[in-house]
Amino acid sequence: MKEYALILVSTVLVNNFVLTKFLGLCPFLGVSRKLETATGMALATTFVLTLSSVCSYLANAYLLAPLGLEYLRTITFILVIAAVVQFTEMVIHKSSPLLYKVLGIFLPLITTNCAVLGVALLNVQQEAGFVRSALYGFGASIGFSMVLILFAAMRERITVADVPVPFRGSSIALITAGLMAMAFMGFSGLVRV
Amino acid sequence: MVAVLALVGLALVFGLLLGFAAVRFKVEGDPLVDQIDSILPQTQCGQCTYPGCRPYAEAIANGEADINQCPPGGETTIIALADLLDRDPKPLNPENGAAKEKMLAVIDEQTCIGCTLCIQACPVDAILGAAKHMHTVIEEECTGCELCLAPCPVDCITMEPVSQEVGTWKWPHPELVTEGGR
Repeated sequence: MKEYALILVSTVLVNNFVLTKFLGLCPFLGVSRKLETATGMALATTFVLTLSSVCSYLANAYLLAPLGLEYLRTITFILVIAAVVQFTEMVIHKSSPLLYKVLGIFLPLITTNCAVLGVALLNVQQEAGFVRSALYGFGASIGFSMVLILFAAMRERITVADVPVPFRGSSIALITAGLMAMAFMGFSGLVRV
Repeated sequence: MVAVLALVGLALVFGLLLGFAAVRFKVEGDPLVDQIDSILPQTQCGQCTYPGCRPYAEAIANGEADINQCPPGGETTIIALADLLDRDPKPLNPENGAAKEKMLAVIDEQTCIGCTLCIQACPVDAILGAAKHMHTVIEEECTGCELCLAPCPVDCITMEPVSQEVGTWKWPHPELVTEGGR
């Protein structure tokens, strides 16, 4: 039990995927302009990341490993992620039109989020089991969501702040992201994994 | 060989799964949206401020957008939408752009029989002529309203586009220029 709690804390804070591993930076900067869209993206990513983490584990453990095809990991995981995203979109479209509207275009966009593929590959690297893989994916997505929403909230404030002209727009966003990453370095001594 | 078979098998499984899901979780679209979408010109130009004709159709169906935001469709589309939705037609919203380039009525002087019907129809007195005499259009006055087309018994009036040249260019009307454009 303690181990699982540690995995969560580690992936959310210490080894945050965006700010420490620098994965998934595209949506981090792309959809953080508004808090609403950031929340939608965070929800969709949480869902897909956890699910695809589990599915990639299954594909790896029951298809690739027995056949000795580990070198096909990347392309298999991409296939799995794309299929999972598409399937999720269909199910959500049918079962919950409201959620479908909230997630909107972000759901298919997650296919190209490198954090999703990163989690799947890191799971294999760490030789994580089924539960660990699921938790690792879930923790990574929670960390991603938290950072994305925090960053969006900050950017909304920055747009009304008096920023010097050369720093306006993307540059101040990148500086903010850098400062956030530095702040998250403060967690690095928290858990020894 | 095993690798190829494994990948093909996996792709096949996912393909079947997605195909099944597409049938099983088929979503019935809003029929009104489909009807509106079929009226729109499908140019997907985005001048209505929506990312395509389908989103614009959905916005109209939800009451978020007005029916006069489609420049490529122009008046025809607006009237068709007004009929479908039982609303009053209204002129095209100038913020979304002009319907088409300015047109000018041109009388084929060989065919004109001098009946004066078009002169009576013209709202701006841009047609010059007399009974049993050939008519012609004063280009500066014509607004391209097409009201003279219907009355002509010999169909000798055609609408021709006015190409924008140095000589024909005019300042846009002040009320058509919005703050957003500047």
